[in-house]
Amino acid sequence: MNDYAKLTVSAIQAGLRGKRFSARELADEALKFAQDENEKYGAFLHFSPKRARGAAERVDAAIAAGKPLGPLAGVPVAVKDVIMTDGLKTTCGSRMLENYVASYDATAVVRMEEAGGVIIGKTNCDEFAMGSSNENSAFGPVRNPAAPDRVPGGSSGGSAAAVAGGLTPLALGSDTGGSIRQPASFCGVVGVMPTYGRVSRYGLVAFASSLDHIGPFSRTVKDSAVLLRVIAGRDPADSTSAGVPVSDYAAGLDGKVEGLRIGVPKEYFGGGLDAEVGARIQGGLERFRKLGCRIEEISLPHTEYAIAAYYLICTAEASANLARYDGVRYTHRSENSKTLSDMYENTRGEGFGAEVKRRIILGTYVLSAGYYDAYYRKAQKVRALIASDFAKAFEKVDAIVTPVSPFPAFKLGEKTADPLEMYLSDIYTITASLAGIAGISVPCGKTSEGLPVGMQILTSHFEESKMLRIADAFEKDGGFEG
Amino acid sequence: MSLLAVKISEKEVRYIAELANLRLGDEELGKYAGDLEEILTYVEKLNELDTANVEPMAQVIYPGGETATLRDDVVGLSFSQDLALEPAPKAGAGHFKVPRVIER
Repeated sequence: MNDYAKLTVSAIQAGLRGKRFSARELADEALKFAQDENEKYGAFLHFSPKRARGAAERVDAAIAAGKPLGPLAGVPVAVKDVIMTDGLKTTCGSRMLENYVASYDATAVVRMEEAGGVIIGKTNCDEFAMGSSNENSAFGPVRNPAAPDRVPGGSSGGSAAAVAGGLTPLALGSDTGGSIRQPASFCGVVGVMPTYGRVSRYGLVAFASSLDHIGPFSRTVKDSAVLLRVIAGRDPADSTSAGVPVSDYAAGLDGKVEGLRIGVPKEYFGGGLDAEVGARIQGGLERFRKLGCRIEEISLPHTEYAIAAYYLICTAEASANLARYDGVRYTHRSENSKTLSDMYENTRGEGFGAEVKRRIILGTYVLSAGYYDAYYRKAQKVRALIASDFAKAFEKVDAIVTPVSPFPAFKLGEKTADPLEMYLSDIYTITASLAGIAGISVPCGKTSEGLPVGMQILTSHFEESKMLRIADAFEKDGGFEG
Repeated sequence: MSLLAVKISEKEVRYIAELANLRLGDEELGKYAGDLEEILTYVEKLNELDTANVEPMAQVIYPGGETATLRDDVVGLSFSQDLALEPAPKAGAGHFKVPRVIER
């Protein structure tokens, strides 16, 4: 039953109800296949057989007792290793937390399991979610199932690979500047960054608190809609989580997109965009025209300043968030330090990788006395301008469509020499993060080399229903194949 | 606010590393000084924008009132001392153990 991960959530539920297989059988199959395949892509860092079997058995017991099933009942799920899972290792892809076992579950994890989800393991990622290629993990890179000599994207490379490689139908990732959307696009799957505050960040190991989000990966839009509804909603444990009611996103996928106005920002289609990627996006826009949408050119004039603002804000916030990793309470601790301050410095020097150190140094500089106004405060003002660009655009259009990445998946090692070059490639995804709006990446065909291309659909705050409806209509019309 | 390349010395990186409690090796100092120069030179472009009348975007979704996210001062879910000490690299007598705090 190696095709279990190609089953959608509804197909799994139908199979369980029709007694074609049990949740326990599905869990065992998923655990075995994912473990056997793990050397190929390196998607998983650890597996959780006891937890998976326990969850599956609870679902089977509910079926036997004729009780109603949760919306994720029996579905194998992978969870990015920056998300806390009680009793399981949560390493954030870092030597700093190499042996750390989480003491509590993230709210998103609790909600997933209450809905019947079966967590089979934790996925590899760039260290502390910092990276765009999953080459910054302390435990080895992840390979793109669509092209194994290439990166899966980052930082949620493992979660994207788990879904793309047929290891699990669903995965949870995190997105700060594109870390769900870009790997989804590189691997050819669906990835959603919900509105900031839509999903509780409680239990998400913090990278940049004003930019972090938890979100789903799946093969179909409907499956992400189901998972999003399960994890979304106000959480008293996260004061930035929004009290906005959560719609039944899956029920809203009615295909009604005729007459919607789609904005195409001219700043996203200039030089630097790979010609084949651009052509696939234009193909997607043509499909929206055919579906009766109105395509309008718009301008997001502050786009060119977004990378600079983002890398000042996120590194400043990261330098503060990562101060807790000090060797005292739950991390790696450097041996043979004579004094406390030696222990701090040695532990952090040993425990963090190069990219993390680089961002901590930049962030500390940006927040240091004398530089705070010139850098961090300035960046926050530019952030307001970028958010305002989107607000103005959404007065005229219902959604905005853009590429996700200027190029498709690159080869492992190809872009590790110059950090700034890697940062510049985030241009299409970080703007939405800065504005706090929602975004989804859906497959829209492949390049002539067979590399997946993703198309991004953005909507205003808390308009996930509309965003998912548009993405779903695109999928149902054959858009994923390009 | 100069638009010329920003220069960062190894001494400055060492100072920043001290602020960040980060031990760096000699080659690391040179490498990060170079990276910082490149990135800070790039972000100078923000000075092309006149933001004198723009409020910094400190809250992402909406500014709430001062008490918008407060809760009642009632003890709720909490860690036991044992649970908190479980992942400790070194613990004893109900506390985290660390090397000497006061340096002579």
